[in-house]
Amino acid sequence: MPTEIENLNPSVYAKCKERSVTDEEQNEDVPDPFDQREVFDLIRVINDPEHPLTLEELHVVQQDLITVDDANNEVKVYFTPTIPHCSMATLIGLSIRVKLLRSLPPRFKVSVEITPGTHASEKAVNKQLADKERVAAALENAHLIEVINQCIASS
Amino acid sequence: MSTGLNRKYRKSQFTIISWVDSRIVKNAKQSLIKEIMGKLEEIHVLQGHKGRIWSGAWHPRGNAFATCGEDKTIRIWSMDGSEWITKTILSDGHTRTIREVAWSPCGQYLASASFDATTAIWSKTSGEFECNATLEGHENEVKSVSWSRTGSLLATCSRDKSVWIWEVAGDDEFECAAVLNAHTQDVKKVAWHPRQDILASASYDNTINIYKENTLDSDWECTATLTSHSSTVWGISFDATGNRLASCSDDKTVKIWQAYEPGNEENIPTPDNQTVWKCVCTLSGFHSRSVYDIAWCKLTGLIVTACGDDAIRIFKEDDNSSKNEPTFSLVCTMHKAHEQDVNTVTWNPVTPGQLLSTSDDGTIRIWKFIE
Repeated sequence: MPTEIENLNPSVYAKCKERSVTDEEQNEDVPDPFDQREVFDLIRVINDPEHPLTLEELHVVQQDLITVDDANNEVKVYFTPTIPHCSMATLIGLSIRVKLLRSLPPRFKVSVEITPGTHASEKAVNKQLADKERVAAALENAHLIEVINQCIASS
Repeated sequence: MSTGLNRKYRKSQFTIISWVDSRIVKNAKQSLIKEIMGKLEEIHVLQGHKGRIWSGAWHPRGNAFATCGEDKTIRIWSMDGSEWITKTILSDGHTRTIREVAWSPCGQYLASASFDATTAIWSKTSGEFECNATLEGHENEVKSVSWSRTGSLLATCSRDKSVWIWEVAGDDEFECAAVLNAHTQDVKKVAWHPRQDILASASYDNTINIYKENTLDSDWECTATLTSHSSTVWGISFDATGNRLASCSDDKTVKIWQAYEPGNEENIPTPDNQTVWKCVCTLSGFHSRSVYDIAWCKLTGLIVTACGDDAIRIFKEDDNSSKNEPTFSLVCTMHKAHEQDVNTVTWNPVTPGQLLSTSDDGTIRIWKFIE
């Protein structure tokens, strides 16, 4: 882990409003499929590993960069590192993955990728995040899991 | 080289744009027609492991199998009447996920590869299974382990990019015969040739390497690198003769490779007098996610795949298939074979058509394929 912060002055954006709950959603008899906003709500509160800010405030995750296909059990998240050489990209991706792994039902196939064109090692990071064996091994690393838990601990 | 395929095409209803495309179109369309050919019946659903089950391996006699997973245990299963039950749980061998288990050809030994960087050798010489040896040397996660056809050699591979060959020196003695560094990334799988001491390895670097002992200086060396996959190669399996190899990948394809030995009748050049391997068939358009495992049945010639789309698929070589341009048809797709990713599939070495699969859903399933 680097001792110096790479991006000293990141742009900070406003948080979105709380989701307004519709009458239909209140109705226990109506099935609510997972939607974009629900997945966004799960990951927007993840803390950035370097700054005391959330991924939402840094625009690392954005609602329109999430696609959810509830019927086909697919969730795809694009995340945007704040700078193209961000060494934290893998850690951020892993945090998003772990948060969704722990929150969504196991039927979902989750893919987490860097927004195309926003990182120097985009392909390498994407490949590593898509490799479930590498992810599984990483999550057995006590130090790493501690860092991830700090990122996804709800504030 | 494309004439054979194209001629066949002109007779059929599909239009051809180019040879490369046509092969893909052919495979996908053919599947629609021929998929009804075979049926996969679920015989047993077995539970016991906690969490993801990474691997399963049939005992060479076909009447027992071993499984392992993220719960750090190995379970040995055998038949009790008409049910498969856990006969033994081995839980004190590894401190992290157990990625793969493999039986020695004699059936006396079981090897287990673990993320804890070790490979354990279990044997039943004294009645109960005991860990007789722990092979250390890899720097990090061991991903795969495989015994050679005689059981005198063992191969392991790791995220540390190396492949190790171990000589079985005695009951619990293993000597490192070679450390092979031909891959540039994580090595996912090792598999021995069924008739010769030739080893194949598959990697995150998208390639497959073939290794052989140099008869002059008895040093192991990489004799061929097979490139064609565009992402991680997860699985490899030789056919019964060892002249062909099937591979599966994160690129969602299956490829068939043919060996051309020096002096081959096709006049394919063999530089340095080494056997060359050529990709002679690509099966695309069948799998919708990463293909994690592949097994080529030594009894029936059928190929089965385990896929991240929860399905098990079976391919059969066409009757009019040829050595240099073989063709395969999808004869069965079992959608939702498991509730999550299928991690391994393996054919029973004795009972034709019997299949074992393991999954992230924590179950082991036994299947019967009926043509």
